[in-house]
Amino acid sequence: MNAALKLVDLTVSYDRHPAVHHVSAEIPAGEMTAIVGPNGAGKSTLLKALLGLAPHIEGRIECPAKRIAYLPQQAEVDRSFPISVFDTVLLGRWSRFGGFGEAKPVDIHDAQHAIAAVGLAGFERRPIDTLSVGQFQRVLFARLLLQDADLVLLDEPFAAIDAKTVADLMALIQRWRAEKRTVVCVLHDLDQVRREFPNSLLLARELVDAGPTLRVLSAENLLRARAMAEAWDEHAGACDVPVRLSA
Amino acid sequence: MLYDILIAPFADFGFMRRALVASLALSVGGASIGVFLILRRMSLMGDALAHSLLPGAALGFLLGGLSLPAMSLGGFVAGIATALVSAAVARFTAMREDASFAAAYLTSLALGVLIISLKGSAVDLMNILFGAILAVDDTALFLVVGAATLTLVGLAAIYRPLVVECFNPGFLAAMGVKGALYHYLFLALAVLNMVAAFQALGTLMALGLMLLPAVASSFWAREVWSMTLIAVPMALLSSAIGLIVSFHAGLPSGPVIVLVASLGFLGSLLFGIRASVRARLSHPAHLRG
Repeated sequence: MNAALKLVDLTVSYDRHPAVHHVSAEIPAGEMTAIVGPNGAGKSTLLKALLGLAPHIEGRIECPAKRIAYLPQQAEVDRSFPISVFDTVLLGRWSRFGGFGEAKPVDIHDAQHAIAAVGLAGFERRPIDTLSVGQFQRVLFARLLLQDADLVLLDEPFAAIDAKTVADLMALIQRWRAEKRTVVCVLHDLDQVRREFPNSLLLARELVDAGPTLRVLSAENLLRARAMAEAWDEHAGACDVPVRLSA
Repeated sequence: MLYDILIAPFADFGFMRRALVASLALSVGGASIGVFLILRRMSLMGDALAHSLLPGAALGFLLGGLSLPAMSLGGFVAGIATALVSAAVARFTAMREDASFAAAYLTSLALGVLIISLKGSAVDLMNILFGAILAVDDTALFLVVGAATLTLVGLAAIYRPLVVECFNPGFLAAMGVKGALYHYLFLALAVLNMVAAFQALGTLMALGLMLLPAVASSFWAREVWSMTLIAVPMALLSSAIGLIVSFHAGLPSGPVIVLVASLGFLGSLLFGIRASVRARLSHPAHLRG
């Protein structure tokens, strides 16, 4: 199995409390992997760590992917900001034009295509504060399309999204898989994970299990995950498990 | 008749011409900065920043008397120091940036008033706090016009990263861009404009010309560039009208300019095309789809 991502004894902590604790796992390349776990299990933190945005990490992350695209939870974007749909999508080509370069005609052409591909043709000049939650999620997916990434990280892409939009966006994710891109997606809908994602990683701050979805999402594992996530100790002492960097 | 009202004050008096050029230059740079202050939800922090120039300017006043270069340099250093210290405190501790700004500016204000009282009189203090646009000399003019030029060039250069840093900082970080750098560059430009506005409008009024047209523009436009295109002419108009009114009515020009800008804001609030009082109260028939 070719790994797109290798976590080696990874610990990510906020104020010394670990949000991700001694996790070692591999995520297969060119596949769709779901990250599953209760609230507070460290799923978003894990994605942030993969992007290099986590404040403090121990252990190691091996990630050969050159271009990484990331869909944040919607709460992290200022949806009242005065910017148009088109400009938001075009930002997906940041790696080409950066902060100061010029958008080429091909970028503008591709942005129009991406907007059409997510079903928002005609919305180009609309300000984003006039969009519904589902429409705005389509805008962010169009931006992902433009990023042309080897590794796509999605943080709860379907929270508060209706069934039609989920189906449309899921089709885009399947397309990425067909194009041999690696997709890592934080999800809460276990039925959807079983249906669409061949691989899963079950997290409850510590790794519960990672591998084929049908094995990982067993009743026994899910029960264990819930129990582990609830065990939060305000007065925990320092962790004495040493960090091992060799896998 | 119209000539007497609109043109004569500037044709006849050199100080009015200089005041006009200074306030127009301040409008161009300041209103553009103001739009970003609002988008970053920093309008009140901008106010705090303006206050924090005082101890630096006061120290310049103590060492160099009523010398504009000395006071401006002091003000600039104090403003930058306040911005950096507040941002650093917010970054390294759990304190929010607005709270650390408030703490820094209250300290600054007290310190500034104390320093001025060591040497100056109440008149000096009034001059520093509220400015004297009619006393703008050539040195001040060069400072103001230079600041406006630098502001426009600087904003144009950092425009895209700054917009993305306001709107979706996580995306910028994921692209490997240090958003904080652009935040600091922007704060430096903001301080520069406050220093430039300092002699013309004073530390307390400086923000009026920056923020009021910017807030007003949000009732007319829905994108950053179009807001700026509305805010800048509004500021220009406020400056010109304010100067003319203050000349004929014999009123201090700084407050009149800011009040005219307030009228522009009030008009936009009432009659603007989006999210205004009028838009709220009128009930045109809803659309088919």
